[in-house]
Amino acid sequence: MKVPLSWLREYVNVDLPAAELAHRLTMAGVEVGEVIEMGGWKECFVGQVLTKEPHPQADRLSLCRVSTGSEEMEVVCGAPNVAAGQKICFAKVGAVLYNSHSGKQEALKPAKIRGVVSQGMICSALELGLSEDHEGIVVLPDDAPTGMSLDSYLGDTVLDLELTPNRLDCLSVLGVAHEVGALTGQPVREPDISYPEDGPAISSQVSISVADPDLCRRYTASLITGVKIGPSPRWLQERLTKAGYRPISNVVDVTNYVMLEYDQPLHSFDYDRLKDHTVIVRRAQAGETLVTLDGVERKLTPDVLVIADAHDPIGIGGVIGGANSEIGPDTVSVLLESATFNEHNNRETAQGMNLRTEATLRFEKGLRPELAPIALRRATQLIQQVAGGQIAEGIIDVFSGEAASPQTVGLSTERLKKLLGMDIDLETVERVLQSLGFHCQRSGPGQVEVTVPYWRNDINIEEDLVEEVVRIIGYDSVPTTMLSTPIPSQQTTPMTSIVGTVKDALVAAGMQEVISYPLVSGADLHRVGLFDEAEPPLRMANPMSAGQEYLRPTLRASLLATLAANEGHSEGPFRLFEVGRVFNPNGGELPEERDMAAGVLSGRRWDPSWLVDDSTLDFYDAKGPIELVMDDLGITCVFEPVDDPFFHPGRCARIFAGKEYLGIVGEVHPSILDRFDLKAQPVALLELDLPAVLQSQKGISRQFKSLSRYPAATRDMALVVPAGVPAAQVQEIVSSHRLVERVELFDVYSGENIASDSKSLTFHVFFQSHQRTLTAEEVNRALQGLLRTLEQQVGATLRA
Amino acid sequence: MTQPTSQSSAQSVQELVDAAAGELAGINDTDSLEAWRVAYLGRRGRLTLFLRGLAQLDLEERRVAGALGNQAKGRLEELLDERSKSISEAQLTRSASEDRLDVTLPGRPLVTGRLHPTTQIMREICSAFIAMGFSVVEGPEVETDHYNFEMLNIPLGHPARDMWNTLWVDQQDEAGNYPMLLRTHTSPMQARVMESTQPPVRVVVPGKCYRYEATDATHEWHFYQVEGLAVDVGITFADLKGTLFEFARRLFGNERKVRFRCDYFPFVEPGVDMSIDCFACNGEGGGCRICRDSGWIEIMGAGMVHPRVLAGVGYDPEKYTGFAFGLGPERIAMLKYGIEDIRLFYSNDLRFLSQF
Repeated sequence: MKVPLSWLREYVNVDLPAAELAHRLTMAGVEVGEVIEMGGWKECFVGQVLTKEPHPQADRLSLCRVSTGSEEMEVVCGAPNVAAGQKICFAKVGAVLYNSHSGKQEALKPAKIRGVVSQGMICSALELGLSEDHEGIVVLPDDAPTGMSLDSYLGDTVLDLELTPNRLDCLSVLGVAHEVGALTGQPVREPDISYPEDGPAISSQVSISVADPDLCRRYTASLITGVKIGPSPRWLQERLTKAGYRPISNVVDVTNYVMLEYDQPLHSFDYDRLKDHTVIVRRAQAGETLVTLDGVERKLTPDVLVIADAHDPIGIGGVIGGANSEIGPDTVSVLLESATFNEHNNRETAQGMNLRTEATLRFEKGLRPELAPIALRRATQLIQQVAGGQIAEGIIDVFSGEAASPQTVGLSTERLKKLLGMDIDLETVERVLQSLGFHCQRSGPGQVEVTVPYWRNDINIEEDLVEEVVRIIGYDSVPTTMLSTPIPSQQTTPMTSIVGTVKDALVAAGMQEVISYPLVSGADLHRVGLFDEAEPPLRMANPMSAGQEYLRPTLRASLLATLAANEGHSEGPFRLFEVGRVFNPNGGELPEERDMAAGVLSGRRWDPSWLVDDSTLDFYDAKGPIELVMDDLGITCVFEPVDDPFFHPGRCARIFAGKEYLGIVGEVHPSILDRFDLKAQPVALLELDLPAVLQSQKGISRQFKSLSRYPAATRDMALVVPAGVPAAQVQEIVSSHRLVERVELFDVYSGENIASDSKSLTFHVFFQSHQRTLTAEEVNRALQGLLRTLEQQVGATLRA
Repeated sequence: MTQPTSQSSAQSVQELVDAAAGELAGINDTDSLEAWRVAYLGRRGRLTLFLRGLAQLDLEERRVAGALGNQAKGRLEELLDERSKSISEAQLTRSASEDRLDVTLPGRPLVTGRLHPTTQIMREICSAFIAMGFSVVEGPEVETDHYNFEMLNIPLGHPARDMWNTLWVDQQDEAGNYPMLLRTHTSPMQARVMESTQPPVRVVVPGKCYRYEATDATHEWHFYQVEGLAVDVGITFADLKGTLFEFARRLFGNERKVRFRCDYFPFVEPGVDMSIDCFACNGEGGGCRICRDSGWIEIMGAGMVHPRVLAGVGYDPEKYTGFAFGLGPERIAMLKYGIEDIRLFYSNDLRFLSQF
C-alpha cells in the first residue's frame, strides 16, 4: 500500500519529518517498508509553451518556444499532445531524467535534432519517473506557476507500507490517517460525503435483489445518469499515479480512488447494458460463463457468487467485473455498487480462478458492512463531480443480515495489568482508544465498553484492545521483568539428549556434520535401491522440483550425493555424518519419523603431510566412530558379518546390542558408487538407528570400577587360528578369563610362515588380581589354561 | 704384597686421584665416562678396592687412611658429576647445530570434526533458555493441518494462511483437502505440549521447518526454528520482554540494547517483534551492510499466547497467561558470522562447513 503524504494530509496534519512518521507507524505495527521521495528533479521547472511551430526538417516533431518566467528557450518536442499555451514540465540542460531508450537515468545534454538546437526537453511522466506513461508530455493545470521548481510543485513523499494481514484498515489512506492521528495527537478530518440527489428515485429505475445473502451480507447501489466519460482531472490522476495506479477514465478512477481512500472496493456498471435494469446477486448456475474485464472467458460453478442482470452474469461478486456491462466511452448512466461479500467465499473464488485482485485482497479479510453505504455515497459524490450528471434520489440498500449493530468489546484495567504487568489508568485507556476512533463508555469500576469504528475489522476480544492501548503508548513503556513463576520440572525429550551425545562423539571421531534436505528425488532413492515400490515413500502434492519430491526413507542417498558434490573440489579426507529424520509411511496417519545417524568416509585418510602415509579410508575408519559412540553411551555392541546388496560383499557388519539391531557399517557396493559418479573408492558408510540405540541405553548407568592395588603382569600371545575365525571371538575368550584385566589385539598377520588357511593374531594380555600380586607361576598357569581353551574352542595354536 | 701404611696410603690415594683426574680430562662422551666410572668407582673399581684393602690396617691407620679414601671418593664423584654435566651440555650444543628441527614444518595432522553451524547456534540458543528454566522438546516435522494451523487460531480459509506457503503431503481426505503437511513453523508444538501437560509450561522447541518458497540469498525452503512457550498463572508481557532481553544479552553480549515493536501473528495477542541494536555499527548506520542503516536488526517474533490457543488446549484463559516466541537460527548465525547467503547452509559444501 502506497500512501502519498500529500493525500494523507487531506485528513490529518502531518508535522513530523517523514522518517520520524515512518518510524512511529512501524513501531505501532504498521510497518513502513520504504519512504519514497518523489522528485529530486534538479533543473526542472514549470514551463509554459508560448508558440508551437512545425519542425522544418521533420513532420513528427514540433518546435516550441518555452518560457520559464525568467528566460525563453527553443526546444524540439516529439509529443503529439503538445500545444501552445500549455503549462508543462520543462527540463533544462543538466537535468537528470530517465531515458527510455537506454533504460537509465541520464543527464540531459544540449542536442541538435534534425538541424535545430534544442535547449531542453518537455517531459513525459515516464521521464520524470512519475509513471510508466510515455504516450505524451505531462500537461499541468493552467494555474501552475511558471518558473516554480518542479520539486516544489509536483514533489511528494510516499510511504510504502508492508502490512500484516490483520491490518485491513491500513489498506486505505483514511485508515492510515486514523493511525497517524492517534500517534501524533492530531484530529482526523473525514470527507464530507453529501451531494444533491436531484434525479428520480433510484427504486423506480432499478430492481436489485440478493438471492444468496449468505454470500452477500449487504448490497448497496446508487445511480448517476447523464455522465460524460473522459479523463479524470489532474488531482485525481496524480493521486492514483502516486499510489501506484494507472488512471483509466473518470468513473473507473473514482471507484479506485474511493477504494484507496476508504478500503471499500466498488464496481461501476453501464446501467443501459443491464437487461431489464435488474440486478440479482446469486450463485452462478452450472454451465454459465462470463467474459471478465481481463478478456478471459470463465466457466462458472455454483460455488461462485455472480452479479447478474435479468438474464446473464455481469460480474463475479467482489472479484472482477464482466465485459458485458463495462463502462465505455459512450456510457451515460452508471450503476454504482458497494457491497459486503462473504470473505471465505471470496477468497476461495479468487484462489480457484487464480485471480487475486485489489478487491479480493480486501474482501477476503472481511470488510465491515457499515462501510458499504459510506463508500457508496463518497464515490457517488465524486463521480458527479468529475463526470457530471444527475444523481438519483436515494440508494438501494439490501442488508440481509441482522441490523447493523456496532461491534462492542469490553476492557478492564485488571485485564490490562494481568497481561501487561503494569498499571494503566482508565483515563489513559480512553484517551488512546478515542484517538483511534473507538467510542468508550464506562461500564463499571475500571471497566469500559468499547465500540469499534467501522473501519476496523480486527478488534474482537479484550486482548485486541490491550494491544491497541499498548502499541499506541509504546511497547517501551512496559517494564522489563524476569519470570518469577516456579520453574517447571524438566521434560526434555530423551531423543534430544541421545542425538546430542551421538553428534558430539562423531565430531570427536573427526567427522564433519552435514545437514541435507529431507526431500529427495525418486531417482536418488532408486540409486541406493531403497525405493520401496510396495510401500512407496511419502510424496509431496506440490513438490517444488523433481529433486525434492519424496520424504526420504533413508539418509544414504543424501550423504552419497553430498560426497559426490564435494569430490568436485577436494580429494578428501571425507568424513561426513548427518543426524536427521527419515520418514516411513503409516497408512493415512502421520508418518513414523525416525532419528537416524549416518556417515560416509572416503578418500585419503590424512591431509597430505610429510609425517603421514597416503593410505585411504576404509571399513575400519567407519567402525571406529561407532565404537566411540557406543563407548560414550555405555552400550556394549557386537558386529556380525552380513551380506547386504547395498554393501560390498564381505565388507559389511550389522551392529547389535543383545538382540537389538542398532545399525550397519560397511563399504558401499561399487555399482552404487558408480550411480552417484563417485570417483574415490572405497566409500565406507555407517548407519545407526537412534530409537534402537536409545532403547539399548535405557537402564545403563556408569559405575566406577575400583582400581587394583597390585601390579599387572603382561604377556604377549601370538596365536595362529583358522582364517574364518572372527578376531572378536578369540578376544572374547581371552578377556573372559578371570585373571585377565585387559586384552589388546596389536597385530594381525597372514602370509609368509603362516598356512594359507590361517591367520596370526597377536595380543598383549594383562593379568591382574584385586587380592594380591600374581606370581610368575600363576600367570604362566593362567596363560597355559587360556591356550588350551583357545585350542579347544577355535583351534588356536601358539605361533612358532 | 707389603702392608699399606698411612703414609704409603696417602701417597697412593693421591696418585690414584691424579691418575683418574688425568684420564677424565680426555673423556668427551657418555660411554667413556661410564667406563671411567666403572674403572675407579665401580664395585671392582680401583678406589673401591683400595678402600676395601684398608680393612687389614690397624685401627689408627685405618682411621686416617679411611678419611683420605673417603675424601678421594668424594673428589672423584665430584669430578664425575662436573664432567657429566659438561659432556651433556656439549652434546646439547652440538645437537642444536647438527640436529636442529625445522620448526616451521607443519605439525602432525589430527583428525578434526565439526558440528554444522546451525547445530552450533541452536545449541547456543537453547542453552540460553535452558539457563532460564526452559526444557527442550521436539515434535514431528510432518504435521497435520490441525496442529500447524487450526490450533494456532488460523482456520481454513483465513487470509493469514498466506503468511505460510505450505508443502502438502500427497494424501487427500474425503473432502479433497490435504490433512498432512510439512510444518511451516515449530509453533504446532505449542498445542501439542500444552495438550500433554498442565501448567506451568516452559519449553523451547528447536526443529526443521519447510515453506513452499523460491530460494534466494535470504530465503530457504528448508530451515530451522526455535519456538518457545511459557504459560502459568501471572506471566505478563513484561516477563516476555525480560526473558527475551536476557536471551539477547546472552547471545549478543551485555551491552546490547533491544527494541520491541508491534507485529502480528494470529496465535498471539498482543504481538511483538524484537530487534537488537546493530552490533556491526552500534546503531550508527553509515552504510552498514548488516542493519541497512536502520540501526536495528529484527531477530524474533513473539507475543502473549492468544486466548483461543489456550482455550483450544483446555487451559482457562481467564486463569492462565503466557508468552510464545520464535526465531530463526540461520539468521542469527548469518548475523554473527557475516554469512551473506542462506543457501550455503544446506548445500553442504565442505569449504563452507569447515569454517565453523
